Amino acid sequence: MTATAKKTVLLHEIAHSRAGDKGNRLNMSLMPYKPEHYALIAEQITADRVLALFTHRGATGCTRYDLPNLQAFNFVVDEVLEGGVNGSLNLDGHGKSNSFRLLSLTVELS
Amino acid sequence: MAVNKFLVGNGAGFSGDRVDAPLPVLKTLIASGLPSAMFFETLGERTVALAHLEKRRDPNAGYEPMLERLLGPILAPAKENRIPLLGNWGAANPPAAARAVAKLAMEKGLPDLRIALVEGDDVTGLVAGGQLPVHEADAGLDMGAWKLIAANAYIGAEPLVEALQQDADVVVAGRTSDPALAIAPLAHHFGWRFDDWDALALGAATGHLLECGSQVTGGVFWDPGFKDIPDPANIGFPIAEVTADGGLVITKADNTGGLVDLRTIKEQLLYELHDPSHYITPDVVLDISQCRVEQVGKDRVALHNLRGQARPDTLKVTASFEGSWLGEGEVSVAGPNALARARATADVLLERLKVRGLDIVRARADLIGVASVHDSDDGALWRSYSGPEPEDIRIRLAVEAHTRDDADQASREVLAMLCCGTAGTGGARWRVTPRILTRSHLVLRERVPTRVIVRTAKEIAG
Repeated sequence: MTATAKKTVLLHEIAHSRAGDKGNRLNMSLMPYKPEHYALIAEQITADRVLALFTHRGATGCTRYDLPNLQAFNFVVDEVLEGGVNGSLNLDGHGKSNSFRLLSLTVELS
Repeated sequence: MAVNKFLVGNGAGFSGDRVDAPLPVLKTLIASGLPSAMFFETLGERTVALAHLEKRRDPNAGYEPMLERLLGPILAPAKENRIPLLGNWGAANPPAAARAVAKLAMEKGLPDLRIALVEGDDVTGLVAGGQLPVHEADAGLDMGAWKLIAANAYIGAEPLVEALQQDADVVVAGRTSDPALAIAPLAHHFGWRFDDWDALALGAATGHLLECGSQVTGGVFWDPGFKDIPDPANIGFPIAEVTADGGLVITKADNTGGLVDLRTIKEQLLYELHDPSHYITPDVVLDISQCRVEQVGKDRVALHNLRGQARPDTLKVTASFEGSWLGEGEVSVAGPNALARARATADVLLERLKVRGLDIVRARADLIGVASVHDSDDGALWRSYSGPEPEDIRIRLAVEAHTRDDADQASREVLAMLCCGTAGTGGARWRVTPRILTRSHLVLRERVPTRVIVRTAKEIAG
């Protein structure tokens, strides 16, 4: 039996994302460029892994919605913006830059 | 038989959008020869609150500051081609906005321009009287100490349809929901009933995709080398083609930059969305969970399987309150040992707030160039940073204070670092801004009666 060589790449190489806010909540879409990467993302980019990206900012929960017809995912992270657009001390009160924090996760290509 | 098709163009996605964007959209609508409308979404939660503060200062202010610049180049050709222009550009003061449109129309030689004023969204009295329940998402917010600025309900498309039925050329509204601005001309043209949920869902999706302007045509999308777009300095704004049989195609203004493809559509479809089967608007609950997208030509994407559910009995209300003060100050360091100097600067700035005994609610420091927008208030990322030595770092101090003076004194601490700071510290800038806090409430829709008044520019300008 031969071992399959696995390649680790940034999520940014195989998918794109946009972030938006509503109050202190953040949503991030995630779409693979190629259909063959949909299942791989579904398996590897779990809600827990995404939540871990934001626990340093006090995030309390993360829900992933799967949209196979659209070949997309939607992540919703709760209590993450340290006050949101009106209350935050962060330069990016809307949290719009966080799509690229998501895309900095790594994935293993089989 | 020709298909019954209607076009909706968008001319602005927020207050501050590109003022040269509407004209190419209007030209494309005119060239199509099809019945059309344009809408402008210029109101955010914060924008409304700021507009109320402006109105207090000057009774003729408090509407979209770029209104005349947005409308100037398009008012005459839109009127001539019977393309109504709808916007929530009235903000906190729709009557003043209507007067400004009337004045502009008189200058352009359009005394017969019909201007509709849509009012009723201001529910400040109900919130002030404690009559409206707080939205569950904001149940934990204690606004006891804060002074109410204003409260506005997100009203739906029905009063806007009423305005179009009275042959309005320009519709001036305040806090309408964003999708309502697209639903209204479609409902008016196709004669949709306000309980035809799948039809209204088509309108809500149209509004949702178009309401942020260029965000569906390449704006906030392009990522050089990964997602390139043509001519990003001239991104064309979007146009939706809707047919009577439920077809929806998103495209954009002719002879412009940007693009419309499956990627731009998906990013905007999910933008600011939580549960994809439950996107609540005042007119319909939109379900995109089964949606499919299809590229049907260059810069043309069709959407299928959009579904609607009955609208809620309540409308969302945003109440804004005078909050505390934000003080910000920045300095720079660069070159050898920049990281150590930047860390020391950040620590000293935070320590200075204690040394001075300033009344600060909370404070944070950022190391711009190391970690900032992705960091936490306690600087978890820059404190633990162990990557390569950055060449150029900007240190930012941000504080929240109860008084302007404390915020000002705190932010000015960066200035003192020009003499007292680490070697080679430069480029101090600081500023203080008032903060506005918002809280969401719910109101039964029958408690928010709306009123539509249509008059000509000549009558208003009197």
